[in-house]
Amino acid sequence: MAISKLNFNSLNVTPTASKGIGFDSGADDLEASFQGGSMVFIKKLTASSSATLDFVHGSGGVDFSTHKEYVFIFNNLHPQTDDQIFTFQGSIDAGSNYNVAITSTTFFANHNEADSTAALGYQSNFDQAQGTAFQQTSGTTGSDNDQCNVGILHLFNPSSTTFVKHFICRTSIYSATNYAVDANVAGYFNTTSDIDAMQFKYQSGNIDAGTITLYGIA
Amino acid sequence: MAISKFNYNSFNVTPVASKALAFNSDADGFTTASGSSMILIKTLTASSSANLSFVNGSSDVVLDDTYPVYKFLCINCHPSQQGGDGDEFSVGFRDGSTAYDASKTSTFFSSVHGEDGSGGAVAYRDSHDQANATGFQTLAVDMDADNDTQVSGELTLFNPSSTTFVKHFIWRGNHVHSSAGIQDTYVAGYCNVTAAIDAVQFKMSAGNIDAGVIKLYGIADS
Repeated sequence: MAISKLNFNSLNVTPTASKGIGFDSGADDLEASFQGGSMVFIKKLTASSSATLDFVHGSGGVDFSTHKEYVFIFNNLHPQTDDQIFTFQGSIDAGSNYNVAITSTTFFANHNEADSTAALGYQSNFDQAQGTAFQQTSGTTGSDNDQCNVGILHLFNPSSTTFVKHFICRTSIYSATNYAVDANVAGYFNTTSDIDAMQFKYQSGNIDAGTITLYGIA
Repeated sequence: MAISKFNYNSFNVTPVASKALAFNSDADGFTTASGSSMILIKTLTASSSANLSFVNGSSDVVLDDTYPVYKFLCINCHPSQQGGDGDEFSVGFRDGSTAYDASKTSTFFSSVHGEDGSGGAVAYRDSHDQANATGFQTLAVDMDADNDTQVSGELTLFNPSSTTFVKHFIWRGNHVHSSAGIQDTYVAGYCNVTAAIDAVQFKMSAGNIDAGVIKLYGIADS
């Protein structure tokens, strides 16, 4: 559909590549200086008793080839089954398999509501050394009605066919045993193939509710 | 220069919901473009301020279900005093009353390193976490108040308008320590309430925020 409603003579703008049209600083004219921000929404998936949430390049508007950094925001993810660890894995075959070799580090801080335990430590049960399992993001989230986990996962340059693909993830969870857990995970998909899909799930049971939103950093 | 150089029939753009109109990469036609998902809502500037408060519905602040995630950027926040009770930068959350006393359970750890090369270490600091406590959450401790020192960091607040789930928050910031060094602080936890959080306040444990800026952003998810 053409924008034929625009008054042809009302536009007084010098074209500038890749710029948008906005009002000038005097709000009395138009200019081609408008540039959107660099955090670009790509896709939101909403869980509803979902076994997995999958972002697959080329499907549903998902694009893992345009940007150098991608950000996944986990918001109020709630497990259907109590005491579940939230996990992710990448794919190099458009989601046919999620089993890329990962080497990662994990350290958590935790503190319980009873104020009887507080600690910071490396979590050797959660890291991977060339493992192909789903990467655990944190301790176990509870399934009480008000319990959930949140976090942010950064994935760098997934379309590179030269380098391994690094990720950094930080989550906050409300655990099944009433702990606050600050979980920090970092590592890399040890492949030079491009990562073209990402899958998120709990170790067991469904994602009862919550959203994961994908952004590209332009 | 008038855009009359463009052929009227060259305005050939397929509308896409929530996208903007922009020139293409050759600057000889139009395309659609995305705006940013990180939207500036409000900037507060401290000037010997007892606190900086972001209250939904007040002074153009939005802190409701408009956005699922909010980010506060604290930039160069400088305390008016050092030592005693005056050197902790902190945050409180409001959950229905006028007080910033939402109950919180949190973790607190930091790494430190002195300007003289001493003390490189990371440790949990259990005097600054909270266990279902209503006090302000410390984000920076033992701050130096020299003219050139300050704290800067980022606080993410998830889904404050939810009336189903607790409200998680994550902070990372760093500041100049009173013994002349860097302190890199990680705080995370949740407001253990199902009432909506409708206001957030930052302040020093005593004295004022002498200077600095705190910016509130909404992170759109559509």
